[in-house]
Amino acid sequence: MVALERWPADGVPDNPGAWITRVARNKAIDRLRRDQTLRVKVEVLEGLEALAPGAEEVEAGAEATDVPDDRLRLIFTCCHPALRPQARVALTLRTLGGLTTAEIASAFLTSEATMAQRLVRAKAKIRDAGIPYEVPSAEQLPERLTSVLATLYLVFNEGYFASSSDALIRSELADEAIRLARVLNETLPGDPEARALLALMLLQHSRRLARLDESGEMVLLSDQDRSRWDRGQITEGLALVDLLAGVVGPYSIQARIAAEHARVEAAEQTDWRRIGLLYGQLTRIQPSPVIELNRAIAVAMDEGPEAGLELIDAIEGLDRYAPFHVSRADLLGRLGRNGEAVAAYRRGLELSTNPVQGPSWSAGSRSSRNKRRSGASRSSLG
Amino acid sequence: MKYMLTIFGPEGGMEDATPEQMKAEMDRWAAYSQETVDKGAFVAGEGLQPSATATTVRIPENGGDRTLTDGPFAESKEQVGGFYVLDCKDLDEALDWAKRIPSRAGAVEVRPVMVFDES
Repeated sequence: MVALERWPADGVPDNPGAWITRVARNKAIDRLRRDQTLRVKVEVLEGLEALAPGAEEVEAGAEATDVPDDRLRLIFTCCHPALRPQARVALTLRTLGGLTTAEIASAFLTSEATMAQRLVRAKAKIRDAGIPYEVPSAEQLPERLTSVLATLYLVFNEGYFASSSDALIRSELADEAIRLARVLNETLPGDPEARALLALMLLQHSRRLARLDESGEMVLLSDQDRSRWDRGQITEGLALVDLLAGVVGPYSIQARIAAEHARVEAAEQTDWRRIGLLYGQLTRIQPSPVIELNRAIAVAMDEGPEAGLELIDAIEGLDRYAPFHVSRADLLGRLGRNGEAVAAYRRGLELSTNPVQGPSWSAGSRSSRNKRRSGASRSSLG
Repeated sequence: MKYMLTIFGPEGGMEDATPEQMKAEMDRWAAYSQETVDKGAFVAGEGLQPSATATTVRIPENGGDRTLTDGPFAESKEQVGGFYVLDCKDLDEALDWAKRIPSRAGAVEVRPVMVFDES
């Protein structure tokens, strides 16, 4: 009975024929409560439940997590690799970010009921599968930290490239990801990739006011009014990047790329050669056709359209990715191959007006709704 | 907590193995099993005969006749080849054991064992 009282509000998924399981589970929970060795597990459940109940209790919950160690343990629990990425993001936002289920649902363009069920399932898995509530041991830390960083970056990207049209929620997601990255850096000081992720987010977020024009259209990086970039975030981000000397990791390299853009006063001063080299380094440790595309664009900026086109044409797997075709069109146009340019541009337009419906989690492969015009090849880091 | 590690994998592949290779393979599994015993985790564990030896009993929803079919529950390239039940502190410890299973290919499913009240 206790269990039924404890887990009802969010609606335990009504599993047909689950009566027996439910009785068994109630008994199991009773037993769990009596079992000393599993006491910790109950605390986790109560902790999670205390943090994710009705809206009125959220503030009390937020207070309880101000203890850095508790927050850190909670991050590792919410981002456990045994949970699917969607669930990690939702749990993190709910329990650590204090967002309501309705807000998270709105950010991910899903119904509140679906999101509530996702959260209930994730919490049930944490409880029933025995996902620990602790900072992993030194040997497990690298793998587990990877999952935490990826989750925070997903949260950030959802705010940055948002599928939701609600600007308020979007900016909240990005702010929240930055705040959590700070918590991570305070509790694991000196971890290079955690530091790099914070730097990367700060440098990207510094451009938020310049990224969209008055009508909400995306402004290409090269066309952005740099006086609207957030100097405070750039200074902090660049200082963090300076501490990364010699570190080779996916976030460190991306942070260095973002820093290259942040440190120049005008787009023409951009060191495309260095950016191309950094993308090359990134594809070696994290092979991806989208990164190859970014590298090709940097090379085109540095060496000219011919060299860039040669790299683009060697990329496989981006046929349904609008920026791929638009970038090709741009380079073909600059080479005077107008017929081919028009065909490639049409293909890109086709794809971006008919966005590929897919999970919004695969950040790199999502086709953008933004109506990009020619020259969009420079928007890769917009 | 007790966890069941169900081991899935492609079958066969050892038909042409020399006795030495067979022994090396058996030794790897024996060493793993012994370690689960030494660390106090072992509850149960068995290897199974190939899925060709399986017989499946179908239980119809409406209480109809239960029928037998020759073969495993699911026809698939990867079949259950064995299992362990291990007593672990938490999921991380169970996943640690799972990652170290001596299989050469396939997958290991890790699931907590349901706890019933005996009283």
